[in-house]
Amino acid sequence: MKLDAKSPSGPIAGRWDRHKFEMKLVNPANKRKYTLIVVGTGLAGASAAASLGELGYNVLNFCIQDSPRRAHSIAAQGGINAAKNYQNDGDSVYRLFYDTVKGGDYRSRESNVYRLAQLSVNIIDQCVAQGVPFAREYGGLLDNRSFGGAQVSRTFYARGQTGQQLLLGAYQSLMRQVHEKTVTLFPRREMLDLVLVDGKARGIIVRNLTNGKIERYAGDAVILATGGYGTAYYLSTNAVNANVTAAWRAHKRGALFANPCYTQIHPTCIPVSGEHQSKLTLMSESLRNDGRVWVPKKKGDARPPAQIPEAERDYYLERKYPSFGNLVPRDVASRNAKQVCDEGRGVGDSRLSVYLDFTDAIKRLGVDEVKEKYGNLFHMYKKITDEDAYRVPMRIYPAIHYTMGGLWVDYNLMSNVPGLHVLGEANFSDHGANRLGASALMQGLADGYFVIPYTIGHYLASSPLPKVTTDHDAFKQAADNAQQGINRLLAVKGHRGIREIHRELGRILWDDVGMARTEASLKRALAAIPGLRDEFWHSVSVPGSPDNLNQSLEYAGRVADYLEFAELLAFDALDRRESCGGHFREESQTPDGEALRDDANFTYVAAWEFKGVGRQPELHKEPLEFEEVHPTQRSYK
Amino acid sequence: MRLTLKIWRQAGPNVAGRLVVYAADHVSPDMSFLEMLDVVNEGLIKKGEDAIAFDSDCREGICGMCGLVVNGIPHGPDRGTTVCQLHMRRFKDGDTITIEPWRAKAFPVVKDLVVDRSAFDRIIAAGGYVSVNCGGAPDGNAIPISKDVSELAMDSAACIGCGACVAACKNASAHLFMSAKISHLALLPQGQVERARRVVQMVTQADAEGFGSCSNEGECEAVCPKEIPISNIARMTREYLRAVVRI
Repeated sequence: MKLDAKSPSGPIAGRWDRHKFEMKLVNPANKRKYTLIVVGTGLAGASAAASLGELGYNVLNFCIQDSPRRAHSIAAQGGINAAKNYQNDGDSVYRLFYDTVKGGDYRSRESNVYRLAQLSVNIIDQCVAQGVPFAREYGGLLDNRSFGGAQVSRTFYARGQTGQQLLLGAYQSLMRQVHEKTVTLFPRREMLDLVLVDGKARGIIVRNLTNGKIERYAGDAVILATGGYGTAYYLSTNAVNANVTAAWRAHKRGALFANPCYTQIHPTCIPVSGEHQSKLTLMSESLRNDGRVWVPKKKGDARPPAQIPEAERDYYLERKYPSFGNLVPRDVASRNAKQVCDEGRGVGDSRLSVYLDFTDAIKRLGVDEVKEKYGNLFHMYKKITDEDAYRVPMRIYPAIHYTMGGLWVDYNLMSNVPGLHVLGEANFSDHGANRLGASALMQGLADGYFVIPYTIGHYLASSPLPKVTTDHDAFKQAADNAQQGINRLLAVKGHRGIREIHRELGRILWDDVGMARTEASLKRALAAIPGLRDEFWHSVSVPGSPDNLNQSLEYAGRVADYLEFAELLAFDALDRRESCGGHFREESQTPDGEALRDDANFTYVAAWEFKGVGRQPELHKEPLEFEEVHPTQRSYK
Repeated sequence: MRLTLKIWRQAGPNVAGRLVVYAADHVSPDMSFLEMLDVVNEGLIKKGEDAIAFDSDCREGICGMCGLVVNGIPHGPDRGTTVCQLHMRRFKDGDTITIEPWRAKAFPVVKDLVVDRSAFDRIIAAGGYVSVNCGGAPDGNAIPISKDVSELAMDSAACIGCGACVAACKNASAHLFMSAKISHLALLPQGQVERARRVVQMVTQADAEGFGSCSNEGECEAVCPKEIPISNIARMTREYLRAVVRI
């Protein structure tokens, strides 16, 4: 299979403009004749459904929650980047582009990233116009902060609830289109299959989660915005219902899955407290702007933090990375936390955490200012840990947070399956091997508000799309397939809890396909996963009936898919014998322990083709070219 | 900790429900309330019994998906806290805890502790937005907004749409929910164009959904996990009067 990324050529700054001009248009009067299926209502899905509705398309929009406003984009705290240069500190589209390519460790596509940086400025304008209450300065202009390893202040924020406010902005625009009847909403629906007719994506099969009915929907194109696969690890900062099912089922129908091994571990999460834990809570890394990360110099030092004198503390990020200090990118901060804990210098009861200390910030800024900046995060920390971070340092530890990998898409955000488009975290395209802070919101909204409205028109106008109804054999076959999957889960009638098996899978992935991976650990994971999958299909207990709300059945279906997907994740990590971004292979590091890329052999996107459950998937490579930003060893010293 | 749970079980929207007693042993004080229910469910699932249905998603207090009435109080005893952020250290060994769904005519029970809150979406659809299409927005700094106004709008915009305000209100009124969105947009310059139309349409929709009226008891404010103040309702009332006088 030849992968054509359809990246435009020519000077990078003019590529998107020229591409927009070269794309075909759909006549305004004809737009309502096209039905577009959008799955997901997070930033990417809601913004896509709303903008496509505004253009006049007939949009069907699906989500698993009771309301589109629940999607997990809502939990993003820190902010959204935009190259506005409002602070006059030297920012530009080119700099945001450069930082993103470098931050992604030279494993993303230059054309896509440049477009993302260009569109970032339009996103802010659009969101302000919607009434998103971004933070302001006293003069009334928008406030910015420096965030997640950037040396300019380009991050826009709404307290610690930026994701919430941006999502509600998109949700409100979506509900306006629902009112206008251009968008029809289908909440509490889970996509179980993608329907292909004549090789094109023409519909989906969903389960109505309220009454259990298998429903069929036909359209002219399918847009997946179904998020990432972080919950494969069981414990992650993702919502508990987040899953890979829609993307995985599309993969099984032929869509290539790219770079699954690029997983992001977020450095500032609240540490695990016990076996019962269902998810991990992230605290915005904006905390690292003012908090100082440290551990005791001595191994096993169990004194309370206040009793450890300054001279016996190791502010290891400031020591090792003097120019970036506590603001090094996420992967670097996370790996260093793991390293000091592995050395036996971790803190807290579990010894699996490091301090994030605000004592100096409180001295410098005063409690009130710290409260204004981070009050909600301190409050959240107190709720969960029962500790007051104004008095004792926070304890933090890394957790799976975001997944850069996803379904392969070209410059038009279309997968290799004609008509199947993939947006936001569900695709792989813009973040390379590591996503920079405050860039996920930017990508989700760029894809939905400003990319797909153009590229979908080009697809529709340039493809023959004969009318297809849900009576077509392909729909019947896919619906039967979905029903059989459900029957199979209910028929196992074993004795083991679904959560118990999911937790076991999570432990395999965290230990062996986690923050640091080796050939041996990956082979161990690949040996263990099929066994666990068999165990699931022989001994899982899925009670209840298929014909009403059955959360056990929903959960079991998602875990079943993760048990297949996990192997792909490990295959990809094994195949990539280099370290880059969020993928750290211990065999490939510099003498001082930093990630060492192997550009000669691995400057490509690994796009995997499904070949059957438990079978080695087939690798297709999309070579990456760097004309603008020349790969160097990332250094934050 | 060992607890006795009395949990509302209801197989579907049109059948009668009842409180069923469960024993929860081995409860750790560090568990969240929903993690405690996960453990109870895991026990039921292993025995092949239908798990207790309840909604949740982000489990960090921001998505608004969870909502249980715990001992008569929506989201439980802690102020400014969703039930997913309520921790078991708040309870004592040997306690009996009653767990029920939101109860309101406009929020019919789907199953057990899960209710249908789509009425809230329809209220937003009736006018809870600024009608700007994507593409034509002016520069973000073209609209200066004073920091005070912006902060006040943000206080209202913080609503997570969980519906606790409705569940707490003896009239099952959606006034706090509605007034939060109306305030957020009425305070900002972007919301001025549709200011009058918005409040009238949203209030009309809430009436049609079967939500009650406000009688100033303030239970909504007391249970709101985001501590949205009741002064929003006063603002909404002023907005409504202003709108109907002018229209």
